[in-house]
Amino acid sequence: METILLFTPLVGALICGFGHRFIGEKAAIVTATAFLFFTALLSWITFLTFDGETRIIEIFRWIESGSLSTAWQFRVDRLTAIMLIVITTVSALVHLYSFGYMDHDPQWKEGESYKPRFFAYLSFFTFAMLMLVTSDNLVQMFFGWEGVGVASYLLIGFYYRKPSAGAAAMKAFIVNRVGDFGFALGIFGLFFLTDSINFGDIFAATPMLAETTVSFLWTEWNAANLLAFLLFVGAMGKSAQLILHTWLPDAMEGPTPVSALIHAATMVTAGVFLVCRMSPLMEVAPQATAFITVLGATTAFFAATVGLVQTDIKRVIAYSTCSQLGYMFVAAGVGMYSAAMFHLFTHAFFKAMLFLGAGSVIHAMHHEQDMMNYGNLRKKIPYTFAAMMIGTLAITGVGIPLTHIGFAGFLSKDAIIESAYAGGSMYGFWMLVIAAAMTSFYSWRLIFLTFYGEARGNKHTHDHAHESPMVMLIPLGVLAVGAVLAGMVWYGSFFGHADKVGKFYGIPVAEASAHGEGHDDHAKTEAHDDHGHSDDHGDAHAAKDDHADDHGDAHADDHGEHHYVFAGKPGEGALYIAPDNHVLEDAHATHWLVKVSPFIAMVLGFLLSYLFYIVKPDLPKRLAEQQQPLYLFLKNKWYFDELYDWIFVKPALALGRFLWKRGDGGTIDGFLNGLAMGVIPFFTRLAGRAQSGYIFTYAFWMVLGIAALVTWMSIGGGSH
Amino acid sequence: MDNLLSIVTFIPALAAVILAIFLRGEDEAAQRNAKYVALFATTITFLVSLGLYFQFDPSNTGFQFLEERDWLMGLKYKMGVDGISVLFVLLTTFVMPLTILCSWDVKTRVKEYMIAFLLLETMMLGVFMALDLVLFYLFFEASLIPMFLIVGIWGGKDRIYASFKFFLYTFFGSVLMLVAMVAMYTDAGTTDITALLSHSFSAGSFDVLGIHVVGGMQTLMFLAFFASFAVKMPMWPVHTWLPDAHVQAPTAGSVVLAAIMLKMGGYGFLRFSLPMFPVGAEVMTDVILWMSAIAIVYTSLVAMVQEDMKKLIAYSSVAHMGFVTMGIFAMNQQGIDGAIFQMLSHGFISAALFLCVGVIYDRMHTRDIDAYGGLVIRMPAYALVFMFFTMGNVGLPGTSGFIGEFLTLMGTFQKNTWVAFVATSGVIFSAGYALWLYRRVVFGDLIKGSLKTITDMTPREKFIFAPLVAMTLILGVYPALVTDIIGPSTAALVDNVNQSLAAADTSPVATQIASH
Repeated sequence: METILLFTPLVGALICGFGHRFIGEKAAIVTATAFLFFTALLSWITFLTFDGETRIIEIFRWIESGSLSTAWQFRVDRLTAIMLIVITTVSALVHLYSFGYMDHDPQWKEGESYKPRFFAYLSFFTFAMLMLVTSDNLVQMFFGWEGVGVASYLLIGFYYRKPSAGAAAMKAFIVNRVGDFGFALGIFGLFFLTDSINFGDIFAATPMLAETTVSFLWTEWNAANLLAFLLFVGAMGKSAQLILHTWLPDAMEGPTPVSALIHAATMVTAGVFLVCRMSPLMEVAPQATAFITVLGATTAFFAATVGLVQTDIKRVIAYSTCSQLGYMFVAAGVGMYSAAMFHLFTHAFFKAMLFLGAGSVIHAMHHEQDMMNYGNLRKKIPYTFAAMMIGTLAITGVGIPLTHIGFAGFLSKDAIIESAYAGGSMYGFWMLVIAAAMTSFYSWRLIFLTFYGEARGNKHTHDHAHESPMVMLIPLGVLAVGAVLAGMVWYGSFFGHADKVGKFYGIPVAEASAHGEGHDDHAKTEAHDDHGHSDDHGDAHAAKDDHADDHGDAHADDHGEHHYVFAGKPGEGALYIAPDNHVLEDAHATHWLVKVSPFIAMVLGFLLSYLFYIVKPDLPKRLAEQQQPLYLFLKNKWYFDELYDWIFVKPALALGRFLWKRGDGGTIDGFLNGLAMGVIPFFTRLAGRAQSGYIFTYAFWMVLGIAALVTWMSIGGGSH
Repeated sequence: MDNLLSIVTFIPALAAVILAIFLRGEDEAAQRNAKYVALFATTITFLVSLGLYFQFDPSNTGFQFLEERDWLMGLKYKMGVDGISVLFVLLTTFVMPLTILCSWDVKTRVKEYMIAFLLLETMMLGVFMALDLVLFYLFFEASLIPMFLIVGIWGGKDRIYASFKFFLYTFFGSVLMLVAMVAMYTDAGTTDITALLSHSFSAGSFDVLGIHVVGGMQTLMFLAFFASFAVKMPMWPVHTWLPDAHVQAPTAGSVVLAAIMLKMGGYGFLRFSLPMFPVGAEVMTDVILWMSAIAIVYTSLVAMVQEDMKKLIAYSSVAHMGFVTMGIFAMNQQGIDGAIFQMLSHGFISAALFLCVGVIYDRMHTRDIDAYGGLVIRMPAYALVFMFFTMGNVGLPGTSGFIGEFLTLMGTFQKNTWVAFVATSGVIFSAGYALWLYRRVVFGDLIKGSLKTITDMTPREKFIFAPLVAMTLILGVYPALVTDIIGPSTAALVDNVNQSLAAADTSPVATQIASH
């Protein structure tokens, strides 16, 4: 079934891309969409019926060379299953949405056929993304990794008439290649040290890697740290983390459905997925993961600051994505992979919805994207408004503090912040809390500027603003359900207690209790009781205490109230949690102030935004004038683009020119031609004369002569 | 068929002779006949050569389809193929019908043109099959002549300069190689390549003209062969003839040059340099690895600033050949497998890219990148094909371009991480120049007046690209078609080299090598 699931989008892409001439445009895009819905259905079946056992399905052989042996094969485990539903659900909805959004696109002239191409790219992207997440070895993953890169490149550059789209597409591909450079080196290193690039072998070798030092470039490194770092460089590119983030905002040149699917919900989370997939390696690479934490936290902070002042609606959301990805990396960095996956999962729903909502606004406003030309739209496009509200409530993390009731982002974001604190990263914790306040500020700013206040900009556009068609609203509705419920429904599985999380991912758990075996059964029942109701408990921490008290003192072991710890070996189950990794338990046991801190930050952000854009709408402008350097610094995205242009792009081109003219032209040709200085002109003159004569004909006969000689000798010689 | 190799090699030559003797006149009918004869001959050659693929026994690492006859002056005519060479033979026979097809619109001296290509095919096939030193040298050098003429007669404006530069560069290397061959004959007493492969040349260091030569004769012979093959590849810094030759050559000439002739250098390294002079190779390895890494970065940077499409692709070829030399001198299974794979893959991809340039050159008569823009609007099929091969060129997984790059880098990483690091950065630069080219030519709005009436690819052009697309894709997804054939031979080669090096280690020379 998984095989069918994987190849269906590819078949859809091919039919749509090449077959539309024969079956017609409409039929082609309907086929692609139908295929995607079918894939999504199979994915949900896979996810819901998945039993925790890792399965590997081999298709056929791929690269084989000496001891290197790779095949096209699929690994189905919980991580894969989570990604499957995220990818196919969002993709199917985006396909549907595009029916409305891409209809009568003003970028195209009358009679130009662009829709089949668009749908084919979307389906192809989905296929590549599925290959990425189902891969059982690093090279096939790299195939998916670059495949989604190409799809992204093609879709960003979809409006090929626009020079800016072409530039953005190229930038996305090249910046990603910088990441791939690290990823590739990581793969080479892993093969060098473990003689395999299959996950199973690598995971089994991680304890060895932790003890190995390897000579790389100028010095000796700890193998695990080095390799984890190199792989993470790949993740930085794909997931737009600081230093390699510059392509993501520019990628908004693509059509909005693309931004929702690729640059919010799926492709950009591939880096997070990679880090989680490599959890056995990450667990033995403390320095590398510390780096991941710091970089993730810094990105979350940086992107949020830039998001504060952008006025293009899609760019605000793009920076928000960048920032939220930083959150996920912090979680992965402190060893709480499950929390990273949790946020990845919930984020996919609400961020896709925000993008599709933004697309609906843009659609309504005749492709105007500047929020300064919006205002007071809530009556004109009420459904879109409702969807955007839900998305905003989800991303800002609205919920009831100290409970597990709230929008999706509330549960997953808080899980990350608690993990950061419990993981001992104070820098991460504070950066994320501050970023949470800013997230709230810019998200509400978006809502207020778009839907409240006075109508600004072109009056004609405002008068003709209209609600989007049903095909665009249905996807919003479905995603809204996810944005509201995804957190509450799956909280226990992603961030509940060890036994529940262990069961979800197929990680063996062991009882950590120091007490007698007689309590075993009792302990199990109790734990299940507890988790079964955990959603209803006000404060899991406190409730658990009560609970434990009810049952007497049977389980008061060393690790607080928890009775189960992860006991898998590397490669057992979808994640590996080292025995000394107690972040999950510690996160549950953090002080209540830590737990409410993101909520407080969120409220502060909201109040400030309300003050700035509802109460005193002239305040932002005055502040911007007063703090002009800071404003420009943020507005120009910390000048990263200018800096890179200055450090990398211009020197590379200048060097290229220098090497060409001076290196090739001057030195090499100069030197080598010097030897033949007199010879070439002589020959040239000779040949010039030959043009008019018959020398070339003679040359032919000479060659023919050699050929004849060889032929004659071979035939005649044979008779000797 | 006992003489399969000879048959494959000499069908084109036979056709050339037929054309030369029987075809008269310069009228249209004669031209058409010349084209059809050439197309027919090359196609038959390809079909016959398929027999080599299906009858080839990969598990046998020795030479197969052997033919041996006496020839003039005590020399031998000996042909045979092993896992390393058989696919180059197939690459040649595969590409040649396509080059004839893409020359369908040639108007001047059609007969001579076709004769030149047919003879060229025979020579190139001979290079990959010859198992006698003299025979190899003959084919290797003779192949220069038709190519020289193709550039010199059917080339562009500066064809004379380019063809002589091409000729002199390669000729210079050949002279050194000839000297080395004489030395080899003196030392081993035979010109039989199979015998030479098992002969161990002296590797004792000595001093000559005050210079201490580590590895002795082996190093000197290695260097002499290296001079020839490095120019052919071409390696940095003796690559500058290639861009000039490509720019001036007609499309079909560029295709053959890039797809096949460059591979003669790589094949030479694998057939002679590495197995016959392992100690010499070991002495030179670091230098060559660095030359390769520099080539990758240097030529990629130069490619980025080119204004002529063909020059850009020519420089990109040099970069890709850098991966090949790097893989070969990593001297391990992944490196050498990758190098062979990269050469085959480059045969399809670079051929296709030069054809892509040819398609629009035929229409607009300029290769200036600035003269284009927005072609996708009028030429969607062309845009698709060009995109596909651009992605192949940047080594996208799923295309054959990836496998070669990946394996060579993987092999190199085991040998020298610095070189691997520098060379891997090539994946960034290649994306830079390839996409920049694509963007300027194909994307954007179509505003230039001269392009308003440009037409998309003709069925003939599509037909030429189809097999190239298929091969690039098939080898990218199922490379076992190649690795199964080359794997055992490569493994044997690596074993031999390692054993020779280990044997040299026990002699006093080894300590000297180690100390240097």
